[in-house]
Amino acid sequence: MNELKLKILDLLKEDARLSGATIATMLGVGEAEVSAAIEEMERDHVIVKYATVVNWSKVDDEKVTALIEVECTPERGRGFESIAERIYLYPEVKSVYLMSGAYDLLVEIEGKNLKEVASFVSNKLSTIESVIATKTFFILKKYKQDGIIFEEFEDDHRLLVSP
Amino acid sequence: MITNEEKLETMKPKDGMQQYLAASARAIPPSGIRRFFDLVSASKDSSIISLGVGEPDFVTPWRFRDAAVYSLEKGKTQYTANAGMPELREAIGEYLHDRFHLTYNPADEILVTVGGSEAIDLAIRALLEPGDELLIPEPTYIPYNPIATLGGGVPVGIETYAKDQFKLTEESLRAAITPRSKLLILCYPSNPTGAVMTYEDLLPIAKVVEEHDLIVVSDEIYAELSYGSRHVSFASLPGMRDRTIVVSGFSKAFAMTGWRMGYACGHSDLIGAMLKIHQYTVMCAPIMGQVAALEALKNGMEDMHRMIESYNQRRRLVVQGFREIGLECHEPQGAFYAFPSIQSTGLSSEEFSQRLVQEVKVAAVPGHVFGRGGEGFIRCSYATSVAQLSEALERIGGFLNKLR
Repeated sequence: MNELKLKILDLLKEDARLSGATIATMLGVGEAEVSAAIEEMERDHVIVKYATVVNWSKVDDEKVTALIEVECTPERGRGFESIAERIYLYPEVKSVYLMSGAYDLLVEIEGKNLKEVASFVSNKLSTIESVIATKTFFILKKYKQDGIIFEEFEDDHRLLVSP
Repeated sequence: MITNEEKLETMKPKDGMQQYLAASARAIPPSGIRRFFDLVSASKDSSIISLGVGEPDFVTPWRFRDAAVYSLEKGKTQYTANAGMPELREAIGEYLHDRFHLTYNPADEILVTVGGSEAIDLAIRALLEPGDELLIPEPTYIPYNPIATLGGGVPVGIETYAKDQFKLTEESLRAAITPRSKLLILCYPSNPTGAVMTYEDLLPIAKVVEEHDLIVVSDEIYAELSYGSRHVSFASLPGMRDRTIVVSGFSKAFAMTGWRMGYACGHSDLIGAMLKIHQYTVMCAPIMGQVAALEALKNGMEDMHRMIESYNQRRRLVVQGFREIGLECHEPQGAFYAFPSIQSTGLSSEEFSQRLVQEVKVAAVPGHVFGRGGEGFIRCSYATSVAQLSEALERIGGFLNKLR
């Protein structure tokens, strides 16, 4: 990946709404160059999506999030791929990672309430043939996600005018 | 019932206390920036976007803060050596060598001070005698002038111009020199203009300094915030090391303004005299600040580069922004200030800044408070978020349209 693309990604991951023109000015390069780089990254799925980070705890419509450690038997020739796929295709599953260590997959799941998450685990996840065991951990509070701190304690405390 | 305030009022002497003040304290004017601060703060309007802030918009990186917190927990709350913790002085020496090719002996050529400001005060006090002249290229950071005046010295402003990118030229320096000239202040990268001086720019200045036997106080607090090329320290020029006191600190490069951590480096005779004043006045810089500063030098370079890259991006945005809304703006190569000209509006910088706050809620410091050559310009700090900068530029653009 070239340096320009890395710099563009650095800016976009902080603020996905920056325009191509603004990015070009900030990096001191032409706008056409920036647009081309962004298009290329979108095409190559380097940039997958421009999404919004939401602090759901501030929304009335609250959600329950859990992390589930999944232990499973890999399949001959395909390893964990097809098991992972069977899991990640469910829309309530927010992320799936293959892990080193004591278990195999880490699944993040989001539901309207505790019951919904519990029913997903017992009816959908545990019933997959190659799944041996699951451990469910409910998230009580999010302090920081994807490098973004959810508490607003680092406000601007500077004097309005200083030498 | 008599309130406490009323009681205090009756206790005040009729003629006030002014008569008791030392003439030198009476002689120095209140800071122009302070006046402007009062004007802006009085409005208590939260919709004001301030481009008047002379400090980073980053909070001190957590690893430096954590180091200080940890040291407090361990009970490090004592005085340190007068000149600063030996490990910190050593780290400063190594850092200056790596970054700017400067070589100082941590034992007697490096002094840790309470901010770069104390180092400036010490240098001027240690070197200037009543009647001696202090040469100051202007527009400039405000305190040099009053500090010189306090000690009976005579500040001599040397005007610099936008057409020269606000660099000090050999001709104007020569023109300002008299038999009483003793010290020359250099503040590059410059607050408020963002000007820098390259090796080629400094060489003729060094020649004049040598010819006229001057001592230079080089305030290099913004050294790391140089965007075109690596900063050149005046002390690194041939023959200038012993004639120069380099003043710097952690405030700008490491986002540590509130910690008040600075330092001065130079010939042991000069630093020794400054150390004497320092030990009688402040004893030593605060230990928790020294611990955080040491962590910054040991593990903070990546944080520093991240912040500088971010200033550079915003610098480009703001300079182009000013040009697009029709204000001439020389390209600042350092610090985090743009210094656009507002001469095309026909307003004085004071009038312009006042109306800007009142009419479109943007605070920028009027250029005249920075001395000669500042009239007709405003200082705009771009150490604020991209969203705020864009909004401020839009508001200033609207204000200009209203004037036309």
